[in-house]
Amino acid sequence: MAESEHEFVGLANYLHLVTDPGFLPALGNTLALIALVLCISIGLGLALALLLERAVLGRGVLRLLVISPFFVMPPVAALIWKNLLMQPTSGFFAWIASLFGVPPIDWFASAPLIAIGLIVAWQWLPFACLILLTSLQSFDREQREAAQLDGASALAILHHLVLPHLARPMAIILMMETIFLLSVFAEIFVTTGGGRASTNLAFLVYSQVMFQYDIGVASAAGVVAVILANVIAFFLVRAVGRSLDA
Amino acid sequence: MSNIVLERVSKRFGDTLVTDNIDLVIPAGKFTVFVGPSGCGKTTLLRLIAGLEDIDQGRLLIDGADMGQTPPAARGLAMVFQSYALYPHMSVRANLGFALKVAHTPPRDIAARVEAVAKLLDLSALLDRKPAALSGGQRQRVAIGRALVREPKAFLFDEPLSNLDAALRSQMRIEIRRLQQDLGITAIYVTHDQAEAMTMADQIVVFREGRIEQVGAPLEIYRRPTNRFVAGFIGSPCMNFLSGARAAAFGATTIGFRPEHLRLDASGELRGVVRTVEHLGNEALVHVQLEDDTMITARCTEDTALHPGAPIAFTPDPASIHRFDQDNRALDVG
Amino acid sequence: MSLHSSSFGRSAAHWTPNAHAQFLRHRVDDPSVGAAFIVAFPLLWALLASFKTELEAVAFPPRFVGFSWSLDNYRQVLGESDYLGALRNSIIIAGGSSLLTLLLGVPAAWAMAFAPTRHTRALLLWMLSTKMLPAVGVLIPIFLFYRDWGLLDTHLGVALLLTAGNLPIAIWMLYANFKEVPGEILEAARMDGASLTQEILIVLAPMAAPGLASTFFLIFTLAWNESFWTLNITTTDATTLTAFIAAFSSPQGLFWAKLSAASMLSIVPVIVIGWLCQRQLVSGLTFGAVK
Ligand SMILES: Nc1ncnc2c1ncn2[C@@H]1O[C@H](COP(=O)(O)OP(=O)(O)OP(=O)(O)O)[C@@H](O)[C@H]1O
Ligand SMILES: [Mg+2]
Repeated sequence: MAESEHEFVGLANYLHLVTDPGFLPALGNTLALIALVLCISIGLGLALALLLERAVLGRGVLRLLVISPFFVMPPVAALIWKNLLMQPTSGFFAWIASLFGVPPIDWFASAPLIAIGLIVAWQWLPFACLILLTSLQSFDREQREAAQLDGASALAILHHLVLPHLARPMAIILMMETIFLLSVFAEIFVTTGGGRASTNLAFLVYSQVMFQYDIGVASAAGVVAVILANVIAFFLVRAVGRSLDA
Repeated sequence: MSNIVLERVSKRFGDTLVTDNIDLVIPAGKFTVFVGPSGCGKTTLLRLIAGLEDIDQGRLLIDGADMGQTPPAARGLAMVFQSYALYPHMSVRANLGFALKVAHTPPRDIAARVEAVAKLLDLSALLDRKPAALSGGQRQRVAIGRALVREPKAFLFDEPLSNLDAALRSQMRIEIRRLQQDLGITAIYVTHDQAEAMTMADQIVVFREGRIEQVGAPLEIYRRPTNRFVAGFIGSPCMNFLSGARAAAFGATTIGFRPEHLRLDASGELRGVVRTVEHLGNEALVHVQLEDDTMITARCTEDTALHPGAPIAFTPDPASIHRFDQDNRALDVG
Repeated sequence: MSLHSSSFGRSAAHWTPNAHAQFLRHRVDDPSVGAAFIVAFPLLWALLASFKTELEAVAFPPRFVGFSWSLDNYRQVLGESDYLGALRNSIIIAGGSSLLTLLLGVPAAWAMAFAPTRHTRALLLWMLSTKMLPAVGVLIPIFLFYRDWGLLDTHLGVALLLTAGNLPIAIWMLYANFKEVPGEILEAARMDGASLTQEILIVLAPMAAPGLASTFFLIFTLAWNESFWTLNITTTDATTLTAFIAAFSSPQGLFWAKLSAASMLSIVPVIVIGWLCQRQLVSGLTFGAVK
């Protein structure tokens, strides 16, 4: 009897979850956040790595500056960005906006997901940059010089030689970041504290438990998060596993 | 001084049978060399004896005691690895003394044994260096010393000289052999270099594809190979083989004769044209294309008449011809 | 011949790779400094704010240097809040869980690197994929178990969770590291009579020391910064710095300077060590695929 009761309630929870108006947005937010952070951190990370690779002066100090965000705990990062930078009345960004005579953006009211994405991307940028930089430095100098003697332009060298060389580190960055980004929590917790526009799956489960005391639906959402993670893991691990073997 | 006996020893990795029913006696106090082409299972057999791999089937006896289940260190054997495998973070002294230390030997005894071995191997001045600060030959000696310190029942060497240059290699060959003789210790030495096998061994074991092809003293194997593989593998340059009518004339499927057993003879029956000549100073290796296009090699005294394109004829020494049947077994050897 | 060499000479004068590289370096030096400053700006800005008064911290337009530099915020954070208690908890939890992670991870990685089976590779990848499961997926069962076992809000409880969470990463890093150690050296130790413990502790560990250190440091950093479990199963006794800082998120507008000071105090140690081991970190984090 207890068993059948269990089974029945379980089904109802999933039904509840899927019909919960918060579920689909949370799923979308989860994926959008991952995509946003990956794009920014890898894109800017590559640009930064290309710049830093050539820097000779004060290399140590520059590196310290660039990698430091990676070591900042998420609540600290989120609070600094929220209160000192993105605050619409006294924040640094508001001041920049005022210099250009544009009204300041109220980040967490008008674009909370993007704001959170920026914070998270800032934390992961050093990771991408450091790995790409290390990989760039192992790029065969002679190969580059041979290409220059062949008359290849800097852009052609980047496209045909450097980027293929970076494919492997990029795959690893993709995998590692995705692992951690699937469960972004503290940045949401200390900035918006939830809300339809910025709740991801991890936070949805959390708020179901903490605010609505709905352990059944929360568990169902947890299971969905686990399934999503496994689907992504399946493809990522396959792709990256191959490149690790090589 | 210990003897090592293998009885029907088999080992497989996945689907490949790497050693197949090996029966072998390693006599006490003798220098036994395992030789064979790459991948034939020499290293695997050595590791089975050492206890670094488990025997799938068969028995391993050391001095009559079954050692199949005994952990490596308790077998009383010492191994010298191809890569030396010195502990990079320890000084030479600590490397030499490691086995004694883990056996809880009193420090005074360790120091004495290490000093003695270092003296024997001419390492006394290097005791406080790290392996990274040693030359290849010195590292090799430390590796041997580390094996020696334990006063093992037998030495196992896996291609210990392959990372050294030619001059050092022949010097170390002599040193290892002298050391083994002085100590009267049993040794098994793996190599794929047949010259090393010939010069060092009391007993050679020739392997092919996980099986023993022949066991015997160097000259015995050289003079009386029991099959065509051994005949071709031992000896450099390689034995010449002829088949067809010429072999049939000797009542064999194939006949073989070594390069040094060919005599220049204008009326000889082996006629051909010189293709290349390798001048070694004291002698020349002449590669000859016979009339039926078979290539043979002859060891000749230096002679200005030997130049590419010159016609040439030989007679093989009839007493030194090896005859093989259609299964490549030697016909004259038991 | 002379034609050849003169045409070579001409092209060399126009285009030597060295001159090109030098040229690029000087040109690009400036932007790289600027870019590095932009990346670190939020932290530098918070560092600045930590020396301001609360009023100066919210001044608009912002003050860059013209303010009364003072250490009052640091004094207050250290003296009046429970910063030190949170710091202590963070050290105990992050340190303890990192040690435990290494204790469990080293033998596991040893087995995978030196006694692999056909399934080792699949197992490693699977282990890493479990890391993708959002912790929140097991929040409820863990919460219920912990409530029943009295582990809520305890050092041990948090440390165990962080250990479980970081173990896959640690094993991966250690595995990649151990793979670089020649197996023959361990076999030599075995022939020399070393026990398994001696083999790992006296032979393997010193050889893999840099890798062990970077693994420990990364795991320590991850544990130090972990902010899901620390926020959710600690309330008072085991509150870590992450929870301490997160408490500033309630709208207390006039505590930003103090928040900045507390933030600086909580991140500086990790940043300094991280900077020191960045090289090993890269090869560790990419499992040796990037060096
Ligand atoms: N751990 C292993 N797993 C699977 N196959 C192995 C393993 N070790 C060796 N082999 C296979 O067993 C065969 C014998 O290998 P072994 O190392 O004994 O050869 P060898 O005679 O020492 O060759 P070499 O002269 O090149 O050192 C080879 O085909 C090799 O690929
Ligand atoms: Mg071998």
